[in-house]
Amino acid sequence: MGMTMTQKILAAHAGLSSVEAGQLIEADLDLVLGNDITSPVAIHEMDGKMKDSSVFHKDKIALVMDHFVPNKDIKSAEHCKCVREFAARHEITNFFDVGEMGIEHALLPEKGLVVAGDVVIGADSHTCTYGALGAFSTGVGSTDMAAGMATGKAWFKVPSAIKIELTGKLEKWVSGKDVILHIIGMIGVDGALYQSMEFTGEGVLELSMDDRFTIANMAIEAGGKNGIFPVDEKAEAYMKEHSMRPFKAYEADADAEYARVIRLDLSSIRPTVAFPHLPENTRSIDEVGDIAIDQVVIGSCTNGRMDDLRVAAKILEGRKVKKGVRAIVIPATQKIYLQAMEEGILKTFIEAGAIVSTPTCGPCLGGYMGVLAEGERCVSTTNRNFVGRMGHVASEVYLASPAVAASSAVTGKISGPEELGM
Amino acid sequence: MKAQGTVFKYGDNVDTDVIIPARYLNSSDPAELATHCMEDIDKDFVKKVKKGDIIVASKNFGCGSSREHAPISIKAAGVSCVIAETFARIFYRNAINIGLPIIECPEASKGIEAGDEVEIDFDSGMIYNKTRNTQFKGQAFPEFMQKIIAAEGLMNYINETKEQA
Repeated sequence: MGMTMTQKILAAHAGLSSVEAGQLIEADLDLVLGNDITSPVAIHEMDGKMKDSSVFHKDKIALVMDHFVPNKDIKSAEHCKCVREFAARHEITNFFDVGEMGIEHALLPEKGLVVAGDVVIGADSHTCTYGALGAFSTGVGSTDMAAGMATGKAWFKVPSAIKIELTGKLEKWVSGKDVILHIIGMIGVDGALYQSMEFTGEGVLELSMDDRFTIANMAIEAGGKNGIFPVDEKAEAYMKEHSMRPFKAYEADADAEYARVIRLDLSSIRPTVAFPHLPENTRSIDEVGDIAIDQVVIGSCTNGRMDDLRVAAKILEGRKVKKGVRAIVIPATQKIYLQAMEEGILKTFIEAGAIVSTPTCGPCLGGYMGVLAEGERCVSTTNRNFVGRMGHVASEVYLASPAVAASSAVTGKISGPEELGM
Repeated sequence: MKAQGTVFKYGDNVDTDVIIPARYLNSSDPAELATHCMEDIDKDFVKKVKKGDIIVASKNFGCGSSREHAPISIKAAGVSCVIAETFARIFYRNAINIGLPIIECPEASKGIEAGDEVEIDFDSGMIYNKTRNTQFKGQAFPEFMQKIIAAEGLMNYINETKEQA
């Protein structure tokens, strides 16, 4: 029986000629990732329980301080200090502190630390982002991260897969965010539980790399183990621009078995919004009704890349954020921040009345930099709209694309660019 | 090994943000995390929970963020086992890795209500609802996971296997 793309990568990293869904394997890891929230727990596990607390490879661990930095309080500062000291003690090459950091899932591809064919675990659920490059990457907890740092290996149950065949081309103002929200709306937040989401079809070629990162990023919001894209010319060009590492492009076998096949014409997708309190509660922009908002967040590991900022700036250019709405823009990395500055995009945001923040995950998880009060509503380009996710348990998060978020900032209610006559 | 306790019952898609909200993730101390366990879905949980008590939920328990603080807070709050129809995969791994027993059993999830007294025999996978006098067979762990649980977590298991090597 043939293997899916994910199964082929896992087999190669387990030293096996073939694997099948359900099989338990131990795979070699190309990279182990942690952040300022999850790494301290992993470090404590290593230092407290391991007789030999050395790391397997100082170049194959990435520690990114991104959730609560610049530190929001003393406890967060203590966490970062713990990671900083660990990184120094073990001479970790890829430790990214304030000044070099970015939101981890935007930063690692940009730094060339992940390429096609890799197996990556990260103690952050959105580690699945790197599937956009044709890597197998998945989120784990801190103990798995600790074990990964110590041994360079992780155990996996080989997943079955959902094949998502994309055709057609996205309409104007429709982006990768709308594609993945649409799919989660179709299959639900546990629609891909324990499974891979393998994106294929000629429609893939039409998607920018930033769109693919956004789509793979939210595979976890359908319960998926990973999301993965074929390695085409765009992916190759991205990797050659960003990485010195050789990559390996795997392809699913023609006779690979899929648990489910979904066919989706990209041209049929409208701007999509996920209503509180689950990412599966989706409606097209035509069905949202009249919902007044208090805040807009444009950023995160889902939508803080150049494509995202450019589309938001195009909408905010020459317009003003409606009085009473707080608009927060967060470029995902230092490089993106600088690029946006050079392109004049940051000026556009500030002139429109938005604020621009240093890279941070802050508001996405209700950490800081945009926490909501009771009864407040936010249109956000982030990835989760659970109860209390961005603040008070009685606040609401509406997930949307940068185009919808920027348009909503102008009108003060959930709106698409069409409402602005664009 | 056995567990016995009173049941706290929840529905579908209990996410790790409501199990332990991010505003408390500036701590990694189990005892401190336990004082906020389930705060955004059931603010009375920490006042009522007793050592040995059991959480029963429906589909996709523990979805969302990979924060291991979620199973850590549940374990530190004294919960002896979580039973659900299905678990989100990262939560499933995390629970096993820290030695919090969890059982997938759709029948038990449907046949147990809040406040029921439940006993679990982990060796046989049997779940007894003493209040309603019913019993359910939970899914047994694969051998590989049993070894991790027997070693009381992944790190101890790795220590043991490293020594054998």
